[in-house]
Amino acid sequence: MSRHILDIKDFSMVFGGLRAVDHVSMHIREGEIAALIGPNGAGKTTLFNCVTGVYMPTKGNISVSSAEGTVVKTNGMKPNKITELGLARTFQNIRLFSTMTALENVMIGRHSRLKANIFGAIFRDRKTQAEEEQVITDSLAILRNLGLEKYANETASSLPYGAQRLLEIARAMACEPQLLLLDEPAAGMNPLETRELERTINRIRDEQGITILLIEHDMSLVMSLSERIYVLDYGKLIAEGKPEEVKNNAAVIKAYLGE
Amino acid sequence: MNKKYIRSSILSALWLILLTFPIMVIKINTTAATVRWRWGNLIYVGVGGFLFTLVWNFFLDRRNRGGFKAAGGERAESAANRMGGALGSLLGRILRGKTDAASAEKVSLKAIFAHKPVRFSSLGGLVLLAALFPFLVSFYQVGIVTSALMFVILGLGLNIVIGYGGLLHLGYAAFYAVGAYNYGLLYLHWGWPFWAALPLGAVSGVLFGLLIGIPVLRLRGDYLAIVTLAFGEIMRLLLENLTNLTKGPEGIAQIPRPGFFVELSLQNSARYLYFIAILMVVLTIFVIRRLEDSRIGRALEAMREDEIAAQAMGIDITRTKLITFALGALWAGFAGVVLAGKTTYINPGSFTLMESVMILVAVVLGGTGSIPGVCLGALLVTLIPEYFRALSDYRMLVFGAALVIMSIFRPQGIIPRIRKRYSVGEQL
Repeated sequence: MSRHILDIKDFSMVFGGLRAVDHVSMHIREGEIAALIGPNGAGKTTLFNCVTGVYMPTKGNISVSSAEGTVVKTNGMKPNKITELGLARTFQNIRLFSTMTALENVMIGRHSRLKANIFGAIFRDRKTQAEEEQVITDSLAILRNLGLEKYANETASSLPYGAQRLLEIARAMACEPQLLLLDEPAAGMNPLETRELERTINRIRDEQGITILLIEHDMSLVMSLSERIYVLDYGKLIAEGKPEEVKNNAAVIKAYLGE
Repeated sequence: MNKKYIRSSILSALWLILLTFPIMVIKINTTAATVRWRWGNLIYVGVGGFLFTLVWNFFLDRRNRGGFKAAGGERAESAANRMGGALGSLLGRILRGKTDAASAEKVSLKAIFAHKPVRFSSLGGLVLLAALFPFLVSFYQVGIVTSALMFVILGLGLNIVIGYGGLLHLGYAAFYAVGAYNYGLLYLHWGWPFWAALPLGAVSGVLFGLLIGIPVLRLRGDYLAIVTLAFGEIMRLLLENLTNLTKGPEGIAQIPRPGFFVELSLQNSARYLYFIAILMVVLTIFVIRRLEDSRIGRALEAMREDEIAAQAMGIDITRTKLITFALGALWAGFAGVVLAGKTTYINPGSFTLMESVMILVAVVLGGTGSIPGVCLGALLVTLIPEYFRALSDYRMLVFGAALVIMSIFRPQGIIPRIRKRYSVGEQL
């Protein structure tokens, strides 16, 4: 039943003399919420960047399977192609299109699911018109789903911090992903917002069946949200398993607290 | 606060006196071998420097305290609304034929233009003015305005690259040259007429846009600016040195003006070109407005805002960059053909770096990314030097000062872009 949406095999990433990720193998099953944790500099974001095509992995295999069951090796693929395969991400340091409105941000997320070309844009034939109207409706629906509709016409940079984080998620969801990669979605949020975020992430998975992989430092969020956890330290995978198992793993405790 | 102003102004004035002392005070007569000391000038320099710094500090202070600080778009909008409010109350009174100010006050600019008679009459007035203009003024004036309109097209084209795509392009005049030489060479070697060369001008603009686009795909910011600058110079040097093909610095002369079934007199020809330019401006605005509000336009803007995030959202940056360069160059190619048809003589000297810079100035002064802003900017940059010929020596000084002042006090341009708002309410 459980298809591996993302399969990472023996993957390493080397920057000059630095081994940022070292022979890591992991997989994400369809429909689960998985977490990737580890101390600062463990290589979590590097792994995200390789999976989404920002960097080309030095070694190893990354493959994404589609709902129809075809498996595509994504090493060296362009980020936009990987997005088309159904991987969407958010960024640790918010990277919204800051002078555009919240709605426009989400509309850009729809880009890979649309077809209009230059001629369609200029002549605005019926198909393009219908598509444009659909984009606006869909994007508004996504904003509404995350409770952001009141900001629809606000410039992204003028949104409150928590709303900007949510907007990143909204924008990623507009790509119609099968796997959503969240890079520290709760960073800088207060406990109330974090709890709200937890509910939202659960809802995204339950209602829309989107698989989720998140990087997070807020341990209480990770423990209550995720079903499986991978732990990275100095680029090496030191543990994986259910939250309770990881919590009591000696290597993990050592990595976080020292000897 | 006042004390601080005055102290800093006095200091600046003294500094200015010191700096300009050798040129303002000492005058050496080389033939008579005498030195004249013009101490009087010290006072002018001092007083001038003092007053200038005082005014400058005052405005700078006002800006820092928030007088100008509000975000560009909102400010422009509120200004437009205020203007609209005043206009609205006036028009409201006229339309309703009563002086009930309270009810008229509520009419906004948008509401006025929603009024069909108002929209049609203002649009009709504009069209009528544009149509009658060449018959009301001398044909010299028509020529000037035609040049200005062509500059509007260039500004709008560059605005695609800079305003939407966010790619700093300093060699834009090269595409203008491509368009002009496209017509010039087709005529020179094969005797092609204007109308056959016009679409080909756009095509060759696109081709050269792609040609420069491919090598700079990986470049951004300063590096991109340098490469595009070099591209502009290379283009000009090629035109100057490929003497067999282009006749070099001598240029191509006696290019025919566009024909209109019959041979036109000089005056009618000028009018004809004016109408061609007007139509092309309308076409440019139409196309760019549609692009702006489409999937392609959004991709361009996303690329400007953040390339990495744009790629993560499924936008092909390579493709989008090439589209940006090609679409930008297309309009310059168009305008170039018209230029060749208008001046009947082209040489490489018309497409120097200065030309590229002037187009850039028009875009930045008017308002990067804003169509009305760029139109206004292009008109200002071309028409002001025309009508103030006496000041032509100071042209660069004035533009330089204008750019400095604008970038400090109003970086978003004279008419900033107002982002499209979508009606959220009705869909909720």
